[in-house]
Amino acid sequence: MPIDNYIFLSLALFCIGIAGVLTRRNAIIIFMCIELMLNAVNLLLIAFSKMHHATAGAVNPDAGINGQIFVFFIMVVAAAEVSVGLAIIAMMYRNTHSVDINFLNRLKH
Amino acid sequence: MSNYVYLVPLFPLIGFLINGLARRSLSRSLSGAIGTVVIGASFVVSLMIFFQVKQVGFEPVTVPVFSFIQAGKLNVAFAFLVDPLSVLFLLIITGVGFLIHLYSTAYMKEESAPDFAKYFSYLNLFVFSMLLLVLGSNYIILFIGWEGVGLCSYLLIGYWFKNIDYGNAAKKAFIMNRIGDFGFLIAIFALFNEFGTLDFAEIFKQAPTVSTATITAITLLLFVGATGKSAQIPLYTWLPDAMAGPTPVSALIHAATMVTAGIYMIARSHVLYNLAPVSQTVVAITGTATILLAALIAVKQNDIKKVLAYSTVSQLGYMFLGLGVGAYTEAVFHVLTHAFFKALLFLCAGSVIHAMSGEQDIRSMGGLKKYLPITHITFLIGCLAIAGIPPFSGFFSKDEILTAAYGKNPLYYVFGVAGAAITAFYMFRLYATTFLGSFRGSEKQQHHLHESPLAMTLPLVVLAFFAATAGFLGIPEVFAKHANWLGQFLEPVLAGGAAQPESIASSTEWLLMGISTGLVLVVVGYALPRFRKHPELEEPRGLGKWMRDKFYVDEIYDALIVKPLNALADFFNQVIEKKVIDGLVNGTGRLVQYSSRQLRYLQSGQVGAYVLLMVIGMVLLFVVQLFLRK
Amino acid sequence: MVPVLLIGIPLLAGLIGFSLKDVVAKSWSLFASLLVLAVSVTGLCLAKNSTNLQFSIPWMGTLGSRFSIGLDGTGQILCLLTAIAFPIIFISTWKEDYKKARNFFGLMLLSEAGLMGVFLATDALLFYFFWELALIPVYFLASQWGGEKRIAATFKFFIYTFLGSLMMLVGIIFIYWHTRNQSFSLNAFYQAHLQMTNDTQAWLFWFIFVAFAVKMPIFPFHTWQPDTYEQAPTAVTMVLSGLMVKMGVFGILRWLAPVLPVGTYEWGDTVSALCIIGMIYASLIALRQDDLKRLVAYSSIAHMGLMCMAIFAINDIGTEGVMIQMFNHGINIIGLWIVVYLIEKQFKTRKISELGGIAAKAPALTALFIIIVLANIALPLTNAFIGEFLMFSGIYISKATAYSTVFVALAATTIILSAVYMLNMVQRVFYGPTNVRTENAVDIAGYEKFVLGLIVLIILVVGVYPEPLLHLGREAVANLLSKMYIKH
Repeated sequence: MPIDNYIFLSLALFCIGIAGVLTRRNAIIIFMCIELMLNAVNLLLIAFSKMHHATAGAVNPDAGINGQIFVFFIMVVAAAEVSVGLAIIAMMYRNTHSVDINFLNRLKH
Repeated sequence: MSNYVYLVPLFPLIGFLINGLARRSLSRSLSGAIGTVVIGASFVVSLMIFFQVKQVGFEPVTVPVFSFIQAGKLNVAFAFLVDPLSVLFLLIITGVGFLIHLYSTAYMKEESAPDFAKYFSYLNLFVFSMLLLVLGSNYIILFIGWEGVGLCSYLLIGYWFKNIDYGNAAKKAFIMNRIGDFGFLIAIFALFNEFGTLDFAEIFKQAPTVSTATITAITLLLFVGATGKSAQIPLYTWLPDAMAGPTPVSALIHAATMVTAGIYMIARSHVLYNLAPVSQTVVAITGTATILLAALIAVKQNDIKKVLAYSTVSQLGYMFLGLGVGAYTEAVFHVLTHAFFKALLFLCAGSVIHAMSGEQDIRSMGGLKKYLPITHITFLIGCLAIAGIPPFSGFFSKDEILTAAYGKNPLYYVFGVAGAAITAFYMFRLYATTFLGSFRGSEKQQHHLHESPLAMTLPLVVLAFFAATAGFLGIPEVFAKHANWLGQFLEPVLAGGAAQPESIASSTEWLLMGISTGLVLVVVGYALPRFRKHPELEEPRGLGKWMRDKFYVDEIYDALIVKPLNALADFFNQVIEKKVIDGLVNGTGRLVQYSSRQLRYLQSGQVGAYVLLMVIGMVLLFVVQLFLRK
Repeated sequence: MVPVLLIGIPLLAGLIGFSLKDVVAKSWSLFASLLVLAVSVTGLCLAKNSTNLQFSIPWMGTLGSRFSIGLDGTGQILCLLTAIAFPIIFISTWKEDYKKARNFFGLMLLSEAGLMGVFLATDALLFYFFWELALIPVYFLASQWGGEKRIAATFKFFIYTFLGSLMMLVGIIFIYWHTRNQSFSLNAFYQAHLQMTNDTQAWLFWFIFVAFAVKMPIFPFHTWQPDTYEQAPTAVTMVLSGLMVKMGVFGILRWLAPVLPVGTYEWGDTVSALCIIGMIYASLIALRQDDLKRLVAYSSIAHMGLMCMAIFAINDIGTEGVMIQMFNHGINIIGLWIVVYLIEKQFKTRKISELGGIAAKAPALTALFIIIVLANIALPLTNAFIGEFLMFSGIYISKATAYSTVFVALAATTIILSAVYMLNMVQRVFYGPTNVRTENAVDIAGYEKFVLGLIVLIILVVGVYPEPLLHLGREAVANLLSKMYIKH
């Protein structure tokens, strides 16, 4: 399969993520959209990694392995971030009884 | 002996240190004794050096003490120069200085012991500085002494500092002198630039190789310095005010020694002046103008010390006239005689003021002749000497200057003689109003009138003796061939210039002397009886009022210089500093604040808005990266 | 070893000082500053090529910066001044009670460490580091212990100096890129101009000059100074005016003139003109000041202007004058501040118009003060005369400018003006009759007499026999000028 399809798919996922982050007010959904964006990037990384290995693997058997490792990193970091993020949202709900981020405009002050 | 010349200034320095540091623990008599004895010791050493210098075949000696400043090619030694000119000044300073110190021990008796010691320490410091001034072998040492005497003058004029006017007078003296020093300093820089050294001997040796324009500029700047120190137009106004100091100070500093520093400096630099005829003319004209202006003002003054102060200014004018026409020996001769008779007159005035319990206005005096016999006689001798009546000392020195001036330009002579006549007039007005007629002061003052103690009258008598006879040190050639001892003594230093006064026929010289002496005698004959019978008590009108108010020179200076300067300073302080510069600085601050206030609206606090901005930024970066870069 | 101790002792002592009790902090800092003085005197006694005068270890290797410090002629004079000044400052303000004294004295010692570092550093990055290290404690000192308007004043001070510092940092980095082996060392900087065009040097000059001009300060970068001097506690003012302003002069001497010689020649006339304007301007403003502190502040601007101008004369006489005058000015102005402090402490005012007649009550104070004033107006046989005379001579014979005569004539008017404002002040504060405030004045105490006497002694000794100090500077000046292609 040509690489273009992967690129378009991940671009579409990423844009959906951005649109979600920008338009939605529910913190949980925003969070999910962020995950979507991260996964779009993951997808792209794996695709490129595979492509790179296909072209340069003959010379260097390890070619493209970095991309895969990055993906694992991102997944680990995303997991950590989710745990912290969900904790924040939970605290926020306790304090404001809402997960609407428009209530969170303290940065203004 | 001349190798021990450093002892001469060392003694007064020691006196200064003892009196200055231990003034709280010294009794009056002890500090007075220390102050006087050190000057006496200096005088003795000076005398011994003098006898060595007087011997035939004496060569000027430079006595280095230590290396003072060394930087690049500037190499200034702290060195003393012993030659006839400096030795003559040494004798004047330590001799007259000793007498005045002696006089002060009695005059200042009413001061508290620490103040008394303070007074003597200042006086010793003054003598020390003055000795440095005349002994220095280069312009820097001269300048050190020059500033030092200015400082002591400042301290001593302001000695009674509780009086604000006295303090102002002291300040005025210092600042006027500083204006002169400004010229002097620049002259020193120019000399250094031109010659690469500041040593007298070196500079005078190289002087003929330098262009006339440069020498003229340098000599004019030096003269600016001299006008400050020696109270010539336009910087003379501090000297009359300086009479705020104790009277012995006026005698020592503002009559006999410090004010002649300018004359010494020009006489010392006469090699340069001989090369700059323009400067010589300026010096002569300034001197002549000062003679007349100061003499005219003196005519209408009623303060005994002010009259003497203006007469000092006027007499200094004669010395500058002498310098200007190239008659350096004669000018120095007049310094010598003037030191005697003017110190005498001031000390007599001090004796009178002492007797009158501080009163200085001659309108409340009169008839003091019978109460103060010694003071009276000595004062009279002083008057005769300053008026130039033969054979008193002033006659010889003044007439020699006038004769030399005639040789240069008869106009100088005319004005000089006019000045001499006015001098005779105001001096005998002063004499008659003070000592003749009847007493016009209060009962209490009359009761208190007494002759001063021996410590005061002794200096008077000694000075009167010299005021009467010092003229014979410089008898003109017309009277007797080779009788001019002073001329011969100073010849190694002062002779041999290009612009010696042209010799005039002896018949002309007799005539000139006759005219001036006759005129002076007529004036004395008129003034003496007139002021004995009708002392001038009423307020003057018309021209007399102008003369009494010193031709409003102080007021003119105030309006032309002081006020505009203050206005400018205020303008800088209020407008430029506060509004313009600070305004710029604060304006920058305000601009930053304003723009941040405007930019604040971007920060809505909505996370969504921030993210949107971020995305827009990212898209823009992409666009730039992909499409706009080549 | 000596330079390390000079920086290390005050630094460590300062850090320890923060943790001491308030009551012992004062004695501790005095002890530390005396120790520094001892070390610095030792440094003077060592032979010139002694290895103990140099110290260098790698610092930020990848950047080409080493922690290298060394004591040479220029630095020696200023280190000596710093080492003398701090004990004098501590003793003269001994009776002052500071809130949180340990912090105050800790910061004072830190600023001493910073100053020493500035004077010792032979690496540009290190120089910059110490430059800021000296500035920051002073900022806190002035803003915490200052007068009523201290916040505004110190903020102004900080903005001015910080802006200057940043421009200097840009300049330093720019020069760094032009050094041959990408090094911050002084010698590399001295070679850097060979790789630059004259135009580059010309604009780069201002980047670095502004930092130094603010510090000195040179007109029109000076308005922070009177405000800060007025508001800061007197001990801090002494550090600022006696020592910190010398950082500017020192900076030009070591880090600007030899580094960018062409720029220095090119802008010499402009800078000299600014200096002259500043001198006359500040002297005139000083005439109209009623606050003693502001008067001294403006007089300092006038004096610093002359020093800056003499550097741009670029010859040995002028530069040696600057060297010795840096020391003298530091001593003299600290003396003036001490007297101002004593007056303020006793009479609770600094207004000249509210004082008067002190001389009658406090003769010792008056006598000592008048000598300091005379030194300030450069009377012969006081130290400042030597410096000012050399500087004026240097400017007059300068070959670096075509207007030397005019410059001297204009600049020398300040010797008249300085006499006017100083004597005005002396007269109105010390002479005349006493008033309500001053009629119960008492003379100064023994330790105050000692401090002022010490200052007067230095003034007179240097004024009469300046050779030792001149000697210190001579070789450094020759070195410096050789970097600027001056051959006499």
